[in-house]
Amino acid sequence: MIETFEKVEDIEIRLLLEALHVRYHYDFRNYAMGSIKRRLRQARDQMGFATISALQERVLHDETMLPRLLGYLTVQVSEMFRDPGYFRAIREDVVPHLRTYPSLKIWVAGCSCGEELYSLAILFREEGLEDRTIFYATDINQDALRMAEAGVYELDRIQLFTENHRKSGGKSSLSDYYSAGYGRVSFDRTLRERVVFSDHSLVTDAVFGEMHLISCRNVMIYFDRPLQDRAVGLFKESLARKGFLGIGAKESLRFSAHGEEFKEFVREEKIYQRVSR
Amino acid sequence: MSAACPRAIVIGASAGALEALTAILPDLPGDFPLPIIIVVHIPPDKRSVLAELFGAKCRIGVIEVEDKEPLRAATAYFAPPDYHLLVEDFETLGLTNEEPVLFSRPSVDVLFESAADVFGASSVGILLTGANQDGARGLLAIANAGGHVIVQDPETAFAAAMPEAGLALCPDATVMSLDGISQYLRRIG
Repeated sequence: MIETFEKVEDIEIRLLLEALHVRYHYDFRNYAMGSIKRRLRQARDQMGFATISALQERVLHDETMLPRLLGYLTVQVSEMFRDPGYFRAIREDVVPHLRTYPSLKIWVAGCSCGEELYSLAILFREEGLEDRTIFYATDINQDALRMAEAGVYELDRIQLFTENHRKSGGKSSLSDYYSAGYGRVSFDRTLRERVVFSDHSLVTDAVFGEMHLISCRNVMIYFDRPLQDRAVGLFKESLARKGFLGIGAKESLRFSAHGEEFKEFVREEKIYQRVSR
Repeated sequence: MSAACPRAIVIGASAGALEALTAILPDLPGDFPLPIIIVVHIPPDKRSVLAELFGAKCRIGVIEVEDKEPLRAATAYFAPPDYHLLVEDFETLGLTNEEPVLFSRPSVDVLFESAADVFGASSVGILLTGANQDGARGLLAIANAGGHVIVQDPETAFAAAMPEAGLALCPDATVMSLDGISQYLRRIG
């Protein structure tokens, strides 16, 4: 077997991603291949197709299949105050800088179902910064955005959220911010009064405002290196002078083309600060 | 097909992993010519000390992977807690947050299947001691891609379930003791 020959499955994947882009303007062509491959195989098997090309044929002609496929292609795994140390560092190290600004713009990029957004909104309320802040919560998945906007989560997740909130240095009780019923909890609507929810793609869309803090955690791990460079470049352009960028615990700007335009602000929590501008 | 020259070693282990890897990794020469990519089942909510521990004992480099870590020879790569570790391409490792596989994140299956996809017949998969079934499907993927698959002799494993599951799916896998695996790797080096 000659390595340079493209395997049939690789061709199918390339064609399906091309079809999604041309037909529906969803661009997964520069997503990290290892994980895209896994999830397309899952979609193929669980949606009952023999091949990825059969899946492609159906999705091209039947747009009702799109949301289901997108459900496989976009990973929605998060929790409130995930990695409490990150939120503690935001609270103790970043917030003192943010206090010096009369108004603040915060961008949660790839907000998924909103867990991180509500975590930051609660943190900002606890720190007395909420009134001067506008939050932008963006994602490419409409279903996820709707869930983020609803702010409703399964009751059995609350114990973990509460524990995380406490470990993050929370100054109030998480139960102050939600009401429970029918096996679910619903977060206080006043938490989203200052939130703009919007469909925005780090792959194809542009800068839309000057941000003081961008939190984009475990989103870029699904991108390949060139696409990561695009996203980090977008963040760089979007950040105010000395603005902050927080990424996932096992992500790094070491390998990024824009790495030198950021300095490590809280190294162990992967919080960076924009340097030049 | 398995005569292809190996380009990467992938190892999976769970219960008993520490002792098993201690019998293998420290003996490798500092100029070992391949990358060794390792998934050990570890708790999701604690920092992993595997890289530090083996870093102090080994002549090859040892690191815990961050996303898009470049692959280099003479280096052992450990998956971090609560992330899957995948081979992205010949030069790069990636991490994901996808759902656990067989209750495991990192999962041996996920690593092995990605190694089979990228390295094909040039991958070597080694399944060691462990108390669950993770890794068996991945080992089969490597075997199907023409790679070399090795299973620790269940008789000598701290926990036999994982190597046994590997052998059930890949009956033709080479069965070796830890000592045999160590010698095999040093021969490659």
